[in-house]
Amino acid sequence: MAQYRTSRILSDRASLIFVAIVAAMAVIVPILNLAIPQGSPGHVPTYIVTLMGKYLCYAMLAIAVDLIWGFCGILSLGHGAFFALGGYAMGMYLMRQIGTRGVYGNPVLPDFMVFLNYDHLPWYWLGSDSFLFTVFLIMAVPGLLAFVFGWLAFRSRVSGVYFSIITQALTYALLLAFFRNDMGFGGNNGLTDFKDILGFSVQAQGTRATLFFLSAAGVVGAFLLCRWLVGSKFGRVLVGIRDAESRTRFLGYRVEHYKLAVFTLSAVIAGIAGALYVPQVGIINPGEFSPANSIEIVIWVALGGRGTLWGAALGAVLVNFTKTYFTGAAPEYWTYILGAMFVLVTLFLPAGVAGALTGGGHPLRRGLGLFTSMGRRKQPEGGAVDPAEPEAAR
Amino acid sequence: MTSFVRILAFAVCLLAPLSAAAQDADPLEQAVADFHGGSYSDTEAFLQALAATGDERALPIIDALENDQLYVRETDGVAFVAVEGEEDDTLVLSDPVTGEEIGTVPDDDFDDVRVNNRIRRAIAAARGALTLLSDDAGVRARAADSVFTSRDAAALDTVREAIAQEENDRVLKKLREAEAAILLDQGADEADTLAAIETVRGRGNRDALSMLTRVTANSDGAVLEAAQAAVEDIEERLALLGIVQNIWYGVSLGSVLLLAATGLAITFGVMGVINMAHGELVMLGAYTTFLVQQFFAATMPGAMDYALIVAAPAAFLVSGGMGVALERGIIRHLYGRPLETLLATWGVSLILQQLVRSIFGPSNVQVSTPTWMTGTWEVVPGLALTLGRISIVLFTIVVFIGLMAVIQRTSFGLRMRAVTQNRRMAGSVGIRSGWIDALTFGLGAGVAGLAGVAISQIDNVSPNLGQTYIIDSFLVVVFGGVGNLWGTLVGALSLGVANKFLEPFAGAVLAKILILIAVILFIQRRPRGLFALRGRAVEA
Repeated sequence: MAQYRTSRILSDRASLIFVAIVAAMAVIVPILNLAIPQGSPGHVPTYIVTLMGKYLCYAMLAIAVDLIWGFCGILSLGHGAFFALGGYAMGMYLMRQIGTRGVYGNPVLPDFMVFLNYDHLPWYWLGSDSFLFTVFLIMAVPGLLAFVFGWLAFRSRVSGVYFSIITQALTYALLLAFFRNDMGFGGNNGLTDFKDILGFSVQAQGTRATLFFLSAAGVVGAFLLCRWLVGSKFGRVLVGIRDAESRTRFLGYRVEHYKLAVFTLSAVIAGIAGALYVPQVGIINPGEFSPANSIEIVIWVALGGRGTLWGAALGAVLVNFTKTYFTGAAPEYWTYILGAMFVLVTLFLPAGVAGALTGGGHPLRRGLGLFTSMGRRKQPEGGAVDPAEPEAAR
Repeated sequence: MTSFVRILAFAVCLLAPLSAAAQDADPLEQAVADFHGGSYSDTEAFLQALAATGDERALPIIDALENDQLYVRETDGVAFVAVEGEEDDTLVLSDPVTGEEIGTVPDDDFDDVRVNNRIRRAIAAARGALTLLSDDAGVRARAADSVFTSRDAAALDTVREAIAQEENDRVLKKLREAEAAILLDQGADEADTLAAIETVRGRGNRDALSMLTRVTANSDGAVLEAAQAAVEDIEERLALLGIVQNIWYGVSLGSVLLLAATGLAITFGVMGVINMAHGELVMLGAYTTFLVQQFFAATMPGAMDYALIVAAPAAFLVSGGMGVALERGIIRHLYGRPLETLLATWGVSLILQQLVRSIFGPSNVQVSTPTWMTGTWEVVPGLALTLGRISIVLFTIVVFIGLMAVIQRTSFGLRMRAVTQNRRMAGSVGIRSGWIDALTFGLGAGVAGLAGVAISQIDNVSPNLGQTYIIDSFLVVVFGGVGNLWGTLVGALSLGVANKFLEPFAGAVLAKILILIAVILFIQRRPRGLFALRGRAVEA
């Protein structure tokens, strides 16, 4: 693996193709939407642009999850929380942009606050009318939460399923908290009815196309950043932690620092994805915090192919495209399909679609040993086996 | 009424069929004959007259009044009990006293005797007074309670009469309290009032508290002092009972959590597998209860009360069988990869949920509660525990002890512990660890089914039932520690009690959030839970 260097971020063909496709889409789709008149062949309707933009936000979120799960063995079942927090930060800005156009016409307070008899903005809403400050919040809030949570968890070596369970508890606690009206985030209705972003109408075709472009750029940016990171020396240590946490620690690496850094970065990426998502779908509500949502993100990554980054993004798009199709065509079957996906992918496609596409040639995957025969690989002894422990050692 | 008159009245009653004149002397008939409708006050007076007769035949008349079935003929003001006839605008009349049907008439000439809240109170009071003399001790006790709340002065004489002939101590106490309540309400001389305060104080619940608080508001001197002392006494007592009650609620919530989490602890402890479909196994248990009850309702409605007793083993088998299938079909292929198992079982949980939703529909199904689980047990005055909760706590204890016995005392338990501690070594001495895995998983799943039976009695049975409990169950297991059922026990009870103590201050949702945060922080201190296994096996 040592030949893998920073200078060769795009050395493998799959990554190159992935970046090329997304970058091309970022340019071509807005042009097809804006330049070609409605009704003529080749025109991409605005709703499709928005839908694809939504998928790209999910793809970015999947990349964030793959960074920690695929490369560091940290399975977070609460990443939806960081996504939603970024979304709420953006939602607060958008709420403040409504101004006097709300139902109650209050220039400062959003409608739901007037309705709940607030007489002034809660302190944590201060500064939410500034876009720059909002951009800061979008990254700072998920990042800070991940930092504090991760610092507590990794320092005391909470790992494996324990970590997964407490991340799930975290997002569940946030779900319950955001449902409360007293939280000052609109209770179960969430934040919605947005009008403007930076002075442009969120409904306008041009804004939609720009948001799509930004989402695509976000995916490319996140991908390149993560790709560079996992190819660096830092990334080598991450993989070491994933495959043999104790050994890496014994070699003198401060495992918890590496984990904390990558977990925080992943949360920031998820927050940005959430912020790009909210103006496109036009609503953010506590439902985004539901544990089921966070688990779904993990299956995007697993289906696409864990530990490849581009596979995770591909998985997010594939699963969500299927979801859109089936929730329209046969909603009662969607849950069956999603459930079957979880079972079948873990059983028969442990390397995901990416593994099937590349034929298992990816150097990073060797350490996982996922291409050894599928059958029984029972643990040698003991019940609670640390998942981050060496597969190769068995 | 002197005893002479009563004997005379008795004799008159005996002669009643013989003499038309004697019938006029019947106080009930007299009361009915004197009623000609009119204002609410007239109706109230009529009810008091009915109550004063002490005649049980007055009860159907009161029922009729309450159900808008008492009518007065416009022409001569005679009262009838009537129900609407089959044809429009007709009434089927019957005699209020004898209940004999008189015939069907057009409803033009009849006025409904109207009822408002004041009349409803009078109805309750009259019914209370009338039933005070019933033969059934339970009815008398309820009647005494209803007089206690209504404090209807008209019932005082009846109450005193009932006290004179009451032999049951429990009912006698209630009657005395009712008498005291009336006395306090209408005012009496100081000695009587003081005695009444003492009696009401002995009742010691919220009703008594509010009654005595009213007394403190309009009294002075010795009465005021006595009442204040009594109020303080009761408040202190209620605060204490409140704590006991909270602990009880906590224990009862904890025992539900324990039932739900035990199965999870077993599968997690033995295999290091977090089974995300565990909640759905609980749900299957609840739906099995529903099906068994449906079956009983269809074939032997008389035995409905015993449906639960059949449902428990049925649920164990259904969920246990599902568990074995799950283990053989999916989980055994994923050993050594706990995170993947987690995802696969989550998929199974989605499929099971949707399956149940497709078969039974998305809304709640009705699971009935057997009669032996309804009602309350008043441990001391002011502390009433519902029989349903008690049954669930007892059920949990039985299941827990049974499980302990299986694990500690049977050969299957021995094998299971062997596999948990050292899989290879167990295999070397001839234990078929594959089968032990499947059976252990089945055992854990079966206990989940039993949890479903219990939960069906206290919560809505819907396809989402499992989701409600799954996260709490995880927390219990993670908090309690793996590989030790005592840890699960302590974890479940402490989370349950903590939750119930926080609820009054913080509200249900915030209490839950606080608990979640507390557990997350706790895990930092003890990453492997309260009762962690130690030794080399754990370090994997």
